[in-house]
Amino acid sequence: MPDTTTPNYHWPPMADRRVIGKSHSRLDGIQKASGAAKYNSDIKPAGMLFGAILTCPHAHARVTSIDTSEAEKIPGVTAVRVIMGPGKEVQWGGAEVASVSATSEEAANDAVKAIKVEYEELPFLVREDDISKAGNRAKAAGEQVTGDPDKAFQEAAYTHEGDYGIPVITHCCLESHGNVVAWEGDKLSLWPSTQNVSGIGGDLGRAINVSAANIHVHQDHIGGGFGSKFPADLWGVEAAELSKQSGGKPVKIFLDRKTELLIAGNRPSAFGHIKVAADKDGKITAWESKTWSTGGLAGGGLSADLFPYVYRKVPNRRINHTAISTNTGSARAWRAPNHEQVSYLTCSAIEDLAAKMKMDPLEVFLKNADLTMREEAYTSQLKKAAELADWKKNWHQRGDSGSGAVKRGLGIGVGTWGGAGHASQCQATIHPDGSVEVELGSQDLGTGTRTIIAMVAAETLGLPVSAINVKIGDSTYPPSGASGGSTTVGGVSSSTRKATVNALDKLFAAVAPSLGTTPDKLEAVDRRIVVKGDTSKSLTWEAACRKLGTNKISESGENNPRTAPREGLNTGGVAGVQIADVSVDTETGLVKMNRLIAVHDCGLIINPKTAESQIFGACIMSVCSALFEERVADQQIGRVLNPDMEFYKLAGIMDIGEIIVHLDISPENDKRGVIGLGEPPAIPGDAAIGNAVANAIGVRVPQLPLTADRVLAALASKGGNA
Amino acid sequence: MTPFEYSSPASLNEALGLLGSSWSDAVVLAGGTDLISLMKDGVFSTKRVVNVKDIKDLGGIHKTGHGLRIGSTVTFDELASSPLVRGEYPSLHEAALGIASPQIRNMGTVGGDLCQRPRCWYYRGGYGLFAMKDGKSLVPNGENKYHAIFGGGPAYFVSASSLGPALVALGATIKLASSSGSRTVEAAKFFVTPSDENGREIDLKPNELVTEILVPSASGVKNATYEIRQREAIDWPLATASVALHMKGSSVAKASIVLGHVAPTPWEASQAAAGLAGKTISEDTASQAAEAAVSGAQPLSQNGYKVQLAKVAVKRALLAAAGKAHTAHHA
Ligand SMILES: Cc1cc2nc3c(=O)[nH]c(=O)nc-3n(C[C@H](O)[C@H](O)[C@H](O)COP(=O)(O)OP(=O)(O)OC[C@H]3O[C@@H](n4cnc5c(N)ncnc54)[C@H](O)[C@@H]3O)c2cc1C
Ligand code: SF4
Repeated sequence: MPDTTTPNYHWPPMADRRVIGKSHSRLDGIQKASGAAKYNSDIKPAGMLFGAILTCPHAHARVTSIDTSEAEKIPGVTAVRVIMGPGKEVQWGGAEVASVSATSEEAANDAVKAIKVEYEELPFLVREDDISKAGNRAKAAGEQVTGDPDKAFQEAAYTHEGDYGIPVITHCCLESHGNVVAWEGDKLSLWPSTQNVSGIGGDLGRAINVSAANIHVHQDHIGGGFGSKFPADLWGVEAAELSKQSGGKPVKIFLDRKTELLIAGNRPSAFGHIKVAADKDGKITAWESKTWSTGGLAGGGLSADLFPYVYRKVPNRRINHTAISTNTGSARAWRAPNHEQVSYLTCSAIEDLAAKMKMDPLEVFLKNADLTMREEAYTSQLKKAAELADWKKNWHQRGDSGSGAVKRGLGIGVGTWGGAGHASQCQATIHPDGSVEVELGSQDLGTGTRTIIAMVAAETLGLPVSAINVKIGDSTYPPSGASGGSTTVGGVSSSTRKATVNALDKLFAAVAPSLGTTPDKLEAVDRRIVVKGDTSKSLTWEAACRKLGTNKISESGENNPRTAPREGLNTGGVAGVQIADVSVDTETGLVKMNRLIAVHDCGLIINPKTAESQIFGACIMSVCSALFEERVADQQIGRVLNPDMEFYKLAGIMDIGEIIVHLDISPENDKRGVIGLGEPPAIPGDAAIGNAVANAIGVRVPQLPLTADRVLAALASKGGNA
Repeated sequence: MTPFEYSSPASLNEALGLLGSSWSDAVVLAGGTDLISLMKDGVFSTKRVVNVKDIKDLGGIHKTGHGLRIGSTVTFDELASSPLVRGEYPSLHEAALGIASPQIRNMGTVGGDLCQRPRCWYYRGGYGLFAMKDGKSLVPNGENKYHAIFGGGPAYFVSASSLGPALVALGATIKLASSSGSRTVEAAKFFVTPSDENGREIDLKPNELVTEILVPSASGVKNATYEIRQREAIDWPLATASVALHMKGSSVAKASIVLGHVAPTPWEASQAAAGLAGKTISEDTASQAAEAAVSGAQPLSQNGYKVQLAKVAVKRALLAAAGKAHTAHHA
């Protein structure tokens, strides 16, 4: 019996969809490409003051005195605030010590320079790559043992042991962290660069003792976050206080590039000694990892529980992890936190084991797919990626890459992620003139959230995407979760679906009598409300809406993560396989990307075009981190030496190579509902590229990034050219 | 940035009159791609900035009786797109094309390239040209993977100029003017290793400016530059080599090999070059010359790989000049 009390929210069957599942260009694409889109770092409300932050040059120091008197005298300066007064201990270079606001950027910067601070320098540690130098800054997390690893290693036909490492890297958001803040009476306007429109007001409010209801957050666009832009941060607090001290005038603080790279978050490092064993057929039997990493002062860094990655069911395991506290800016979530590092260490060790066995690593990854949580998904994705890479033709035994200085190789990486929808509320309004608004306190991180919301509403209401007015990026709209963990698409698509279904049901109820039928007999297609099975009886969308008279319909919809699994609109759990194809000049050690092949599933795909774009972007980030990115710190002086875009290197367009994306769209995956895709494709690339280089040159380059010095050192270690 | 006076004279004499006896009094501004960042980062400050880009006499590329005259305010883009340069001086053409990005090639000038300051991260971080802390250089025990493999300190930075090695190899001269007259210096002697921290890496006095570069005719001189950099674009070379081969038939009469980004100055590998006299360029002779070019290298803890890169750059530049494989371009 059909349930008549709960509306049917289910996604329409694949074959019946008109809008979702078909590629749609992003709604704000032209705006962004033409520069018309305004980011909050672009805005300049009337009377805006410029804030600036004085940062600490030392890795660890105590402030002994601070004198702001000269700064206060500089013409144009409206307020000077001490953040770290005498006696306060600064724990990393770049930490905020004082702030100023002024009528011009120059005056603000001059004022910062005029503040005199004396420090007592204290001992510091800024590097963790050599654990033997970490002393008491290293904290072991205690061993986890499953099965009998000692016995398994003893009995194994093959055992491989190796060292691997990934340095700390940063987020490098093109728009740096920051905000504009202004007071109007006891109310505050906040224009941040945030992944958390609905929540950031509360965060700032707690810090400055203002109720979230009195903080109005506005954000149309954000220039990258990648996990680093959730909290209000000290620069939010400072901007608010500076504004208050300056009569409520708007104050802008956006970090300069140097400070951005020093303190606005980073991805923890991961170093380790890995031991992995297999029986004579290549079945993995034992795993042992001794790893360490830093996430800044708190140590932390890595969830070693994720070892061995994806191949979770290796029966015998011993896992040790040590967190190293360093005097460096704190880690923040970085597009799939933990997973890149754990994937790199795991997949590298597995391919090295395969090389030792002289087995094709594809065979090893396939043979052990039953050790993963989704055997079928990994099996089919490995096969698909291999097919796209023409693996059979292009793969060769490690180092068996012919004569000539340039060697080509292929390598595999795997990943997994959750991505179920977050809590989200949506308000859908149908006006008597036929216009439609959907409001959510969500944000579009550049992933295409705006477009997806419009597509879902259009699908439900039988309207074109252009007919939907999407309103997001404002804290007065119904709250929607922060965009982290690839949870946004599941959350906003589900709440929008429900809100629009509810609104449409109200419209059906309003127009059914005039069509001589009951609401359950109506459907919305092609801008019309039609009696199912009798197309002669219909109203145009506009005519139907006119029946509302002066009343609008405004209905809400909610995604609640607790009940969502039952409802089936969204879920979590995805797999991904990538294969890298590289060429290495063994005379120079330079690695060139030929192709990166990415095969991913993410349930029901609302917009294949923006989904593919996510994968392109993620693959580009992987090329950056595998080949170029590293934070370089000097232990003699406690400084990061490359907080700039000159020696903190990112790939340029010519370094990226070809990216081939395959979305695993199938009825089985579609049935699972919507799943997030922002993070998963960022995971396997580091491992795949590292493995491809090892395959090309015949020797493992243990540590990323795979720069000329490291590649040449690896080649030298095996005695010359590949 | 500390406040300064800005002037933009239209004539050379006027400009020279505005310069002073020290750089803290006045400094030349060309494209500003280096100077402005030094001033913004507080590494350098001055009382007066003298823009020279409006001085007509300092621009233009043209042929003279003896070769080519390149005005000091010629941009990299003008240099790289000049048919006069591309045809006869592929070495210079390649060097100019390899510099940074189109934006910087549109702004940066030849004079600015020769006079730019080192990119050593200790220097740019405020530790001075010799990267000193408590009387000791930070480089030998520090992060030195981009530092010099020749010279042996205390200057461990590398000369930043990409045009330098090509100009030295081609035997160019640099013309300087001051209010008391003008002088000409061989490119090879223009670049110097400063003996103290306050010195400059070039033979330039505060009251002088570079007016033009004279490159002798290179007809019959096979020349090439080979650059190795980590990224394809917008990246500093890890090592480069510029070579010029004066030919006699199919063999080398006289060669010049100059390494870049491996020493505080463009680094002439004179013995390696001398060894090529009378030989034809082949994989073997090029490899021998490459080996000889790096024989005196003194790598630091992290930059031994640059010895290998310098060697490869020399070999590939020689083969490219001789028209054998490796078009004169970075890897
Ligand atoms: C990301 C990046 C990558 C780069 N990569 C490279 C590279 O690969 N190779 C390379 O060579 N360079 C590279 N550069 C540096 C660039 O070439 C220099 O910034 C440029 O050459 C400086 O020229 P300019 O005209 O802008 O000089 P300015 O910045 O105006 O001046 C630089 C210095 O030269 C002095 N000066 C300028 N003109 C004269 C003159 N006529 N007489 C006397 N003194 C003068 C100035 O006083 C100042 O000290 C790179 C720069 C960046 C930002
Ligand atoms: S991204 Fe960099 S190169 Fe591109 S326009 Fe902006 S500043 Fe210029």
